[in-house]
Amino acid sequence: MTATTLRGVQLPDGTRTDLHLSDGVIVDEAPSGAEVVDCDGLLALPGMVDPHTHLREPGREDAETVKSGSEAAARGGYTAVCAMANTQPVTDTAEKAEHVLDLGVKANLVDVVVIGAISKGLQGQELAELGLMHRSRARVTMFSDDGMCLMNPQLMRRALEWVKPFGGVIAQHSQDSFLAGPGACCHEGELSGRLGLGGWPPVAESTIIARDAMLAEATGSRLHVCHITTAEGVEVVRWAKSRGINITAEVTPHHLLLGTEELMGYDTVYKVNPPLRTSEHIEALREGLADGTIDVVGTDHAPHAPQDKDHAFVDAKPGMLGLEQALSVIIETMVKPGRLTWEQVAERTSHAPARLASLSNQGRPLTVGEPANLVLVNPDRMSTVDRAESRSLSRNNPYHGRELPDPVEATYLRGRRTFTRS
Amino acid sequence: MKHLLGIADLTEDQIWTILDTAEEMHDIQQRPIKKLPALRGRTVVNLFFEDSTRTRSSFELAAKWLSADAINVSAKGSSVSKGESMKDTLQTLDAMGVDAIVMRHAGSGSVAQAAGWVRASMVNAGDGMHEHPTQALLDAHAIRRHLRANELGDLQGKRIAITGDLLHSRVVRSNVLLWEKIGASVVLVAPPTLMPPGVSTWGVETTSSFDEVLPDVDVAMMLRVQRERMHGGFFPSEREYIDAYGLTPRRLRMLKPGACIAHPGPMNRGLEISSAAADAAHSIILDQVSAGVAVRMSVLYHLLAGEEK
Repeated sequence: MTATTLRGVQLPDGTRTDLHLSDGVIVDEAPSGAEVVDCDGLLALPGMVDPHTHLREPGREDAETVKSGSEAAARGGYTAVCAMANTQPVTDTAEKAEHVLDLGVKANLVDVVVIGAISKGLQGQELAELGLMHRSRARVTMFSDDGMCLMNPQLMRRALEWVKPFGGVIAQHSQDSFLAGPGACCHEGELSGRLGLGGWPPVAESTIIARDAMLAEATGSRLHVCHITTAEGVEVVRWAKSRGINITAEVTPHHLLLGTEELMGYDTVYKVNPPLRTSEHIEALREGLADGTIDVVGTDHAPHAPQDKDHAFVDAKPGMLGLEQALSVIIETMVKPGRLTWEQVAERTSHAPARLASLSNQGRPLTVGEPANLVLVNPDRMSTVDRAESRSLSRNNPYHGRELPDPVEATYLRGRRTFTRS
Repeated sequence: MKHLLGIADLTEDQIWTILDTAEEMHDIQQRPIKKLPALRGRTVVNLFFEDSTRTRSSFELAAKWLSADAINVSAKGSSVSKGESMKDTLQTLDAMGVDAIVMRHAGSGSVAQAAGWVRASMVNAGDGMHEHPTQALLDAHAIRRHLRANELGDLQGKRIAITGDLLHSRVVRSNVLLWEKIGASVVLVAPPTLMPPGVSTWGVETTSSFDEVLPDVDVAMMLRVQRERMHGGFFPSEREYIDAYGLTPRRLRMLKPGACIAHPGPMNRGLEISSAAADAAHSIILDQVSAGVAVRMSVLYHLLAGEEK
């Protein structure tokens, strides 16, 4: 096993030190023959954990594979990604969960953590085999029908009850399908009216969050709110936390940076569900992430092939890439304006998502004896995003052509370099 | 002018130019032999992803009377379900070397997207709930002729009420933009459930009281209300809708002398408009249809004949 010394690296708390990596863990002394990396001006963050990734395999290997998605993740500073269940077939049994797990092990670039479906086939009718998935080799603890909202409140209650004994968490895609139906593809407001696009009103999100929070309280179980996008939704989460409800919330990089105005040219790259919102919502999301109401950043990395995007806006598939520019956006929107410290960045991108997914070997502090999962960051490096350079198989990158921080210098998974800027 | 994507892209001058040329085209329409050689050798494709009778045949006649070769391509059923992307459909037609593609599609913004993919001139024949520019232009042309015939002046300063399902209407967006640009005033009439979001920023009056505005308008333009909207909870019953927003015989009598009645069609007689109103002497509904050919001749002329200059 290779050994590495990261010389003079800055830790999230601001101290400078030498970090020695050996046999997959952080050790207190440099082993003989260790490769020395000069880390002057670089910061080490604990390896990022994405609680919300679409890897598309099995089913749409033309858009992304577990391997290509893992490469994109490593390039973005991630050492673990949670793979959403809406593949073809849906990850709703132990066997399917183990299949995705094995693909991740084979790719061997990040830990691929399997998210199981809540309902069979994401149909919202009957519970999937939640306990069997948990007791499989994949050890599934997070369950989500993401892409679809679990509308039936009785089934939602049963799901929360079922996973409680083994510490599972239900991750909800909060979208009332009556208030925001299939044609809803644009934040409801002045622009949706002008562009003639179906409106997706904030109440379609906030009412589901409120309902689910009350169900989490009634069951004493654990609820996670995927990709929150509205000021009202953040306010409901804040209120639920003040009541002691076991709830966490997630925000995507794109909802932190991009606004509704991107839709003016009907460019389907900017079609995403839930949709991009207006500036007052963006501000509420940044505030929520800063004060801890929002616990984690999740990319909702959603690769799509061109033939699924080259349609009229309403017909195009929703979703955009996120893994490679997530930290870029966090630095731009949260660190540079002084709204998050590096320790808080580590919390929102690594420690908290690892706790959310019950990962014991991810999201650990950078101290002796801990797994050597980390990312080396140059916070000052800037570059223009070029979608052609993506490790993803897809090109629906909403940041293409934008000047953004380009911080990731190298990523280490258990002491092994999984990405380095060459 | 390369494309006609929406009224939003037109200047006031361009609107008047199209309307003035439409007057000349209108005269040609009255001749026994209607053919003009202006677009000889040019090819126009009517690409309709949605059903249409009047708009498609109107564009077809307009192209043919200008001596262009015109073909109709019905691409009904979304390209999504056929496994071909919209981009591929457009680029396939474009590769045949056509000069203009007249396109209708249920997706808002689709014609603007298409303009980015092809060399041909794109003409928006209705994109989802967004715009239907030739409809607004033909409305203006028909109303203008009505005003002339009754010695009521031109369009500037006139007041138009547009009533009906404004939320799902592409016609209302194009009309509001057009009237604003040429200096007429618009009042939008609809129940709150059928008002577009953000309509307060459109710079026009809005009301849910039809009776209050009717006596002052020069044009009562009625928009189609699909009966199926009832199932979406947009209104409780046809009876209640008609009671508040239908152009009934009672409301017909509230119009001032010289005011006209317009409807882009297809009409739901007995719902948004009574037969008494549709067939009234001051109804211009059939004039709108003939205006459609003249306006589309004008549009095609300016897009394609102008190119050579």
